[in-house]
Amino acid sequence: MMTRVKNKSVLLAVLIFLLAPLFAHAEGLVVGQTFNGDKEIQVSFAVSVDKNVAENIHNYTVFEESDPDIKLVLSAATLATDNKSVTLQFEDVLNTAMTHVVEVKGLGGVEKTTFKVSKSYLGYLFSILISALLINNFVFTKYLGLCVFFGTSKKKTTAKGMGVVFTLVMVASAIMSWFFYQFILIPYDLNFLQIVVFIGLVSLTVQAVDTILRKVNPILFNSFGVFLVLVIANCVIIAVPLIVANNNYNFFETFMLALGAGGGFLLALYLMSSVSERLLLANIPPTFKGLPIAFIVAGQFAMAFLGFSGLQIF
Amino acid sequence: MANDKSSLQLVTRGILSENPIFKLALSMCPAVGISTTVMNGLLLGIAVLFVQVFSSVTISIFKNLIHPRIRIPTYTLTIATWVTVIDLVLAAYMPEAYAKMGIFVKLIVAFAIITMRLEMFACKEPVKDSFWDGVGMGLGFMVGMMVIGFVRELLGSGAVFGYDILGFKPLLFFILPSAGFFVVGLMMAFFNWIEIFYKRKKGLQ
Repeated sequence: MMTRVKNKSVLLAVLIFLLAPLFAHAEGLVVGQTFNGDKEIQVSFAVSVDKNVAENIHNYTVFEESDPDIKLVLSAATLATDNKSVTLQFEDVLNTAMTHVVEVKGLGGVEKTTFKVSKSYLGYLFSILISALLINNFVFTKYLGLCVFFGTSKKKTTAKGMGVVFTLVMVASAIMSWFFYQFILIPYDLNFLQIVVFIGLVSLTVQAVDTILRKVNPILFNSFGVFLVLVIANCVIIAVPLIVANNNYNFFETFMLALGAGGGFLLALYLMSSVSERLLLANIPPTFKGLPIAFIVAGQFAMAFLGFSGLQIF
Repeated sequence: MANDKSSLQLVTRGILSENPIFKLALSMCPAVGISTTVMNGLLLGIAVLFVQVFSSVTISIFKNLIHPRIRIPTYTLTIATWVTVIDLVLAAYMPEAYAKMGIFVKLIVAFAIITMRLEMFACKEPVKDSFWDGVGMGLGFMVGMMVIGFVRELLGSGAVFGYDILGFKPLLFFILPSAGFFVVGLMMAFFNWIEIFYKRKKGLQ
């Protein structure tokens, strides 16, 4: 009972930590600020503001948090009829993935009001997941893990098992590699050992999952164990830590990327195996039997997945 | 068995009868992913050739010292070391080409073909044969990559090695990423067709 309560409080703490950025900015004069489309920022205030001040675009200074030197050019600022919210329009399209800093002069009698506009962090994390799952699907848009992909996508049950094992190993190894990278490789300046360390960790994870699964859940091991050997010789699994190291992701981002990559692989395997089962019944010309037709089908899937590019939910 | 094979036979076997891409169907990821130009194929081919030859020779030299039970981790670490070497060399001396190939240079470490050659050949055969076997497999991979790159570059942008040859762009589709699957699939079908054609001819005679 105690442990359950403890678990719940830990979960709550994590949730609060994740949601904190949502509430952090909303204080003082400015009560709300969001991106409105990709060329507008909408700001709402706690009290009515002076129309002359709020509609003068020279009172605003807007820039991306990472490049304070590049000021973005406003084209108009319009106050709503209740004098409580203002819409800032920009000349160029904003990069809404970045945090924007807005400075206003003379608003509400204060000399300078500064606030940040950003998408919610949770939304950003979710967008990493969706991106790895669909937009940059590891099989169909990044072309990784093809050997295993074509090898194990003959039957639906195999595909499902493989995908689940993959996701598990991928998340575990990505998190371990993240810890190693952040706390050992970077502090001791051993960045050049990336490849050796990551491949070692992946093999280690696979071995560990193998041993643990064998003891803890023999039934599951009997159905999934055979796929574990295949996992090592796969580039998807080593690609995730490398991408994480390249982009300098934090812990949550790493987790989401690994989850998305694994889920994307599962999705790709499942789609492909559904087609493969049908192909068995189809009348295929002898020259195309086996791998060639599988490649053509995968190409069609890849074209379909191109349709996801540009997808933006948050 | 392989001792009486000449080095030339070992090399040609890797390029023709056991071509890693078209015959063994291993290491497909780069063949689809970055084979948009002949140059890309050539550069990644050189990288793979380097890693394959040096790993084969290393394992072949130390084959008597490696305990059979830890052979796979040993192979992996050997390959990882040589991949690190080529990765750093390319990043230092050819930064532009390296940027184009992106993550695939680092991913050579997970190429099934290299591990397979170590397991099947280098851990049993003498150093000299392992060297030529590595050269053959590496060249086979390079040739495969270049052929795919040639088809895609010629049909997609009407050029070879960046030089404009046709003067027009026949099918832009071929340099789009997803076309890699189609080109590899169609080429495999083409090789199958040649094989079936010859078998039929022999059968008739």
